[in-house]
Amino acid sequence: MMAHLPVLPILIPLLGGLLLLLPPFAGIERYVNRRIGVTLLMLLHIGATLLLMFQVSQQGPVMYAIGDWQAPFGIIMFADPLAVILVLLTGFLGLASTLYAFGGTDREGRYFHPLMQFQLMGITGAFLTHDLFNLFVFFEVLLIASYALLIHGGGKQKTLANVHYVILNLVGSSLFLFALGTLYGTTGTLNIADMSLKISSLTPGEQVIAEAGAMLLLVVFGLKAAMLPLHFWLPRTYAAASAPVAALFAIMTKVGVYGIFRVYTVVFGDQAGNLSDVIQPWIWPLSIATVFIGTVGALASPHLRGLAANLVIISVGTLLMAFAIRTPEASAAGFYYLIHSTLISAALFLIADMIGRQRGKAEDRFVIARKVEQPALLGLLFFVAAMAIAGLPPFSGFIGKLVILQSAATGSDKFWVWPVILVSSLLSIVALSRAGTTLFWRHAGERDKADESVVSYWQISGVLLLLLASPVIVVFGATVTDYTGQAAQQLHDLSTAVRVLQLPGAQP
Amino acid sequence: MELLYSLCVGVMTFSGVFLCLRGRTFPVVVGLIMLGYAVNLFLFSSGRLSLTGAAILKKAENYPDPLPQALVLTAIVIGFAMIAFIVILSMRARADLGNDYVDGKEPPGTPRGGDVHRSKSK
Repeated sequence: MMAHLPVLPILIPLLGGLLLLLPPFAGIERYVNRRIGVTLLMLLHIGATLLLMFQVSQQGPVMYAIGDWQAPFGIIMFADPLAVILVLLTGFLGLASTLYAFGGTDREGRYFHPLMQFQLMGITGAFLTHDLFNLFVFFEVLLIASYALLIHGGGKQKTLANVHYVILNLVGSSLFLFALGTLYGTTGTLNIADMSLKISSLTPGEQVIAEAGAMLLLVVFGLKAAMLPLHFWLPRTYAAASAPVAALFAIMTKVGVYGIFRVYTVVFGDQAGNLSDVIQPWIWPLSIATVFIGTVGALASPHLRGLAANLVIISVGTLLMAFAIRTPEASAAGFYYLIHSTLISAALFLIADMIGRQRGKAEDRFVIARKVEQPALLGLLFFVAAMAIAGLPPFSGFIGKLVILQSAATGSDKFWVWPVILVSSLLSIVALSRAGTTLFWRHAGERDKADESVVSYWQISGVLLLLLASPVIVVFGATVTDYTGQAAQQLHDLSTAVRVLQLPGAQP
Repeated sequence: MELLYSLCVGVMTFSGVFLCLRGRTFPVVVGLIMLGYAVNLFLFSSGRLSLTGAAILKKAENYPDPLPQALVLTAIVIGFAMIAFIVILSMRARADLGNDYVDGKEPPGTPRGGDVHRSKSK
């Protein structure tokens, strides 16, 4: 059992999702069964991940060869601290959004929970796999689930957003395959660790082709992560999705960021000879521009969901900046910020939905409308989420941004990182306070007693779960930063992966 | 053979990209299909092209790289599912939005009834 642990977080949602399609759970009227089943599945997923985390912290990274086909040709699952943290984050986020969906979203369609499980399977798989082609396969799994989840509930806005989203991502998938073909054609392997060993021994001619592959791959990951010129799909898609789906999507951009961290640190890292740091000249300006455009978008958003979506873009830009510094310390800081920003931006999407439900036709747009039903509760939740995401103490955003600022140690890094992050934080505070003022204080007319919609306990519990995680990762800040530090250390240290995978020709 | 092969892939990619940039869902879907074909051929060639390689291992000295073939097979299956999805989605969009533009509305300046009579417009 323990030997199969690394593959369990993938198998549980896969088999569980299939199970949810079968008689005791299928059918419109059996939604209670489905809810019980899905809660158990999510807890099982988190439990398995925690066990795996324990195992990894005891023995170091573990690998799992599917079908016992060994590296470099077999498909390898590789659980190092980074992958395990992200899988745990995914499971937690999935649990919170599922709880929120119990408030009613899951009854808008029959297949909400199975799709959610398949989406979780795709995300988990993308984090755990150590094979580039397998990464592509898991990307497709998470994408096709997300296509269906995005349109869940139906409506013009969702259809329109989904058409754009699907077409863009299909083009992205083609590019991904082109990139993989180029990299396989030159290096002769798809295993990430193996590729990192072979990349330095390419002839100059092959290097040019491999560089083209690397750049193509950056376009693909940039599209998933919503990096600057490829971010236009994000605000509309996230704003159109139903709230629990948008909350889960908060981790999808991070899958792209994870891809950038993994591939360009391991394969095109310091050992890659002429090809090391190929994307460095691009990633600096792009990350800064991403933060900039996200900030401008946040100031210009007409509704709270749009604001939250733009805050996601800012967090992506900040993470890419942490990547661009290229030290283990900066990566560790980035991972801490990643955990925080995923949790809080997901919470913000859920809060936006709760507010929107209580303001009648105005929804969550920043216009004068009727008063919300539960101003104290919603105001408090919004206030906490806004403080956390803007980076004010005592919440996790403060620590997250602080560690990134600290990691930018050298002169030129400091020169770029400090002003960009600080100014964007200030402007986010402006945007958020403007949003809060309009939503809670500027109201007109009487409440419409006819359609009172009080927030359900499920919805509150989902949001609270996410928001309470913020003080928790502050209180246990030292433990978390230690662990992300370990994750970054092992990401930058190739020899561990090569040793664990038992690759031939370990040291050139 | 290499020239012919790369020309095929190139022309198909070109047509695919061109069609993807059109404003209506049907050309875009066809473009995505073309792009899918091009990428499958491209992946296939990443194991190098050979004319006389044996398909089965251990039967001959010279055999082609089997891995790209496995990759292409996977890519075909995934691509097929995705195309099926986008076809259904564009039909749904046509029904929901009342037209087949990817932006959900006719671009300004489209003549009334232009959809029906002037298939060459746009």
